[in-house]
Amino acid sequence: MATRLQFENNCEIGVFSKLTNAYCLVAIGGSENFYSTFESELADHIPVVKTSIAGSRIVGRLCAGNKKGLLLPHTTTDQELQHLRNSLPDEIVVQRIEERLSALGNCIACNDHVALTHTDLDRETEELIADVLGVEVFRQTIAGNILVGSYCAFSNRGGLVHPHTSIEDLDELSTLLQVPLVAGTVNRGSEVIAAGMIVNDWTAFCGSDTTATELSVIESVFKLREAQSSEIVDEMRKSLIDTYV
Amino acid sequence: MEEDNGMFNVQQTVGSVLCCKCGIPMAPNSANMCVKCLRSEVDITEGLQKHVIIMWCPECQKYLQPPRTWIKAQLESKELLTFCVKRLKLNKVKLMNFEFIWTEPHSRRIKVKLTVQKEVLNGVKLEQAYIVEYVQTDHMCESCSRVQANPDQWVAAVQLRQHVSHRRTFFYLEQLILKHDAAIRAIKIKQMDEGIDFFFANRSHALKFVEFVGKVVPIKSRNDKQLVSHDPKNNTYNYKYTFSVEICPICREDLICLPPKVANSLGNLGPLVLCVKVSNSVVLLDPFTLRSDFIDADKYWRVPFKPLLSCKQLVEYIVLDVEPLGYELNVAGSRYALADVQVARVSDFGKNDKMSTVKTHLGHLLNSGDYALGYDLYGANSNDIELDRYKNLVLPDAILVKKSYEEKRQKTRGKPRPWKLKSMNMEVDSSSRKFDEEKITTEYEEFLKDLEENPELRFNISLYHNNEYQPSEMASMTDGEELPSVPLEELLGDLDISDEEDEGESMIE
Repeated sequence: MATRLQFENNCEIGVFSKLTNAYCLVAIGGSENFYSTFESELADHIPVVKTSIAGSRIVGRLCAGNKKGLLLPHTTTDQELQHLRNSLPDEIVVQRIEERLSALGNCIACNDHVALTHTDLDRETEELIADVLGVEVFRQTIAGNILVGSYCAFSNRGGLVHPHTSIEDLDELSTLLQVPLVAGTVNRGSEVIAAGMIVNDWTAFCGSDTTATELSVIESVFKLREAQSSEIVDEMRKSLIDTYV
Repeated sequence: MEEDNGMFNVQQTVGSVLCCKCGIPMAPNSANMCVKCLRSEVDITEGLQKHVIIMWCPECQKYLQPPRTWIKAQLESKELLTFCVKRLKLNKVKLMNFEFIWTEPHSRRIKVKLTVQKEVLNGVKLEQAYIVEYVQTDHMCESCSRVQANPDQWVAAVQLRQHVSHRRTFFYLEQLILKHDAAIRAIKIKQMDEGIDFFFANRSHALKFVEFVGKVVPIKSRNDKQLVSHDPKNNTYNYKYTFSVEICPICREDLICLPPKVANSLGNLGPLVLCVKVSNSVVLLDPFTLRSDFIDADKYWRVPFKPLLSCKQLVEYIVLDVEPLGYELNVAGSRYALADVQVARVSDFGKNDKMSTVKTHLGHLLNSGDYALGYDLYGANSNDIELDRYKNLVLPDAILVKKSYEEKRQKTRGKPRPWKLKSMNMEVDSSSRKFDEEKITTEYEEFLKDLEENPELRFNISLYHNNEYQPSEMASMTDGEELPSVPLEELLGDLDISDEEDEGESMIE
């Protein structure tokens, strides 16, 4: 199930938040609306943490992570690092890395198994990504764009990439990622996918400009509807079994 | 990207994405919206003119091209289409196509369908067609309203006068006015004794005309107004304006005895000087020393003076002997050379032995045996006050003014010239005094001869081909010297005013 929301009248919600299967980071905003939307959707399953990174609100673009770990740029302050370590579950490795390209969210796109990275990332960073996030790392571009973190979003079930991605590229990427991919847009035609939406295996959040068409594409490729329907079926089965028994 | 640089290029197939609004599959573009949705989102014709008012002259059926050009165009013609499209401000969009939509000719409406292209939403180009409606409103063009104007309903009159015995100045002025279209706004032009009257429908037109005249001849002008009607409720006044313009009576070739005051202010020039040129100032030449100076209108009217002798009093002399006194000099734009010449009056020639030796500035032109025109100071009985003021002035017997081609001209007399001049449409005022038609004809002939002899005079006026002229096959080259004439290159194609339709044809020659 995908939710539409906006951060202080801005539809680029992927900039101000980070969502993985194990935690959700949210920027500290002026109003509580943004946070409470996440809270109501996610609080039952994963921790929702309000934080800043390097003193700024663009947490989604500065950090990269999955259910196993979280990578923070070298500009992160000690307090922020400490706050995150305290807030996140103990099994999640929080690591600050010395990387020249400090907007890690723009340079790294990952799910729990595979990561696509900016082609100019350091060798050490690449090793760190592999170690901390426990993923296989591929240096890739998406439709000619080197900022792979910005132009694609994928979970363990599916992915959405830049609309100009050719069919050959799409095939290659989905072979690498082992998930079905589709080219599409968010926020009424915006091609900066990761800035317009965040997704994990069972839910997605999009900017409030996102049209119904885009939303249906997102729900189908990330298989969010199936999750829901299987839940419903489970519920039904339970009740059926109840009555049956 | 497609460059063949010997590297392996992966084939790229453009995929399709769903239009973000309606969800139909389409090739991705930068707005990621299908054309239909894009069109419904943005209107590129927003802010473009859809209604235009064009001025149309009902008399000559021309359209006004601002600021003041009137162009003739048929309905549904190419010219009208370009005219219509040019009236639009299409600075933000690119015009792709335009065409007429038929409208009833009497509807006074013209409809043009335009297709424009504009960049919208991060680089997507959108094309859209729209219709512009032009409304013709009647507005009489200037020339038609001039024709329609009642010549008796003038508001401003310019009375141009020169108090001399001939009309040479006005012949020349007429050509200047024609060349510069200075009197194009005049609703009536009337030839008067000693001058011309110009009538205008507007005071500013008259003012402009006076200003023009002031630029080409030295003038003195004053203006007056007469109250015609007055409406105290609206506080409006109707006046008739009259400009009285007097042209300085000094003409080219006049002999002048400068008043002592003027002679002093010009560095003791003269006092006997010849006027060699009149523009907005008068150029004076001392024929004995070749000194020259000019007097502008201001200076002249401060101390006005009259010519001692003028072209009417020119006498023909025959040159007997020429003795050059120096080299040719360039004075005030023309060449002169001092010489001592022995001359005798043509009227005396063969009757008595009266000869006189005079100094002249025409040394470069005259040869013995030539004829020359000059002022006979010996025989003249002048009662000029200025001349009397100079007690010790010794007058020469004669002052030669120009070479005469009268003898050589005998042959060509009565034959048409290869060129002609335009003339202004003037009413002749024959009521006031007996109007001497013949005198004017001879004076005009004199003026034409003057033009032939002086390239400097021709400089400012337009000469046209004379269609009636046929050059004779037996060119009379028997004389050693040719008559001065106008080189053919100087002539303009004939503009026939009577039938403007054939204008193009006559221009071809």
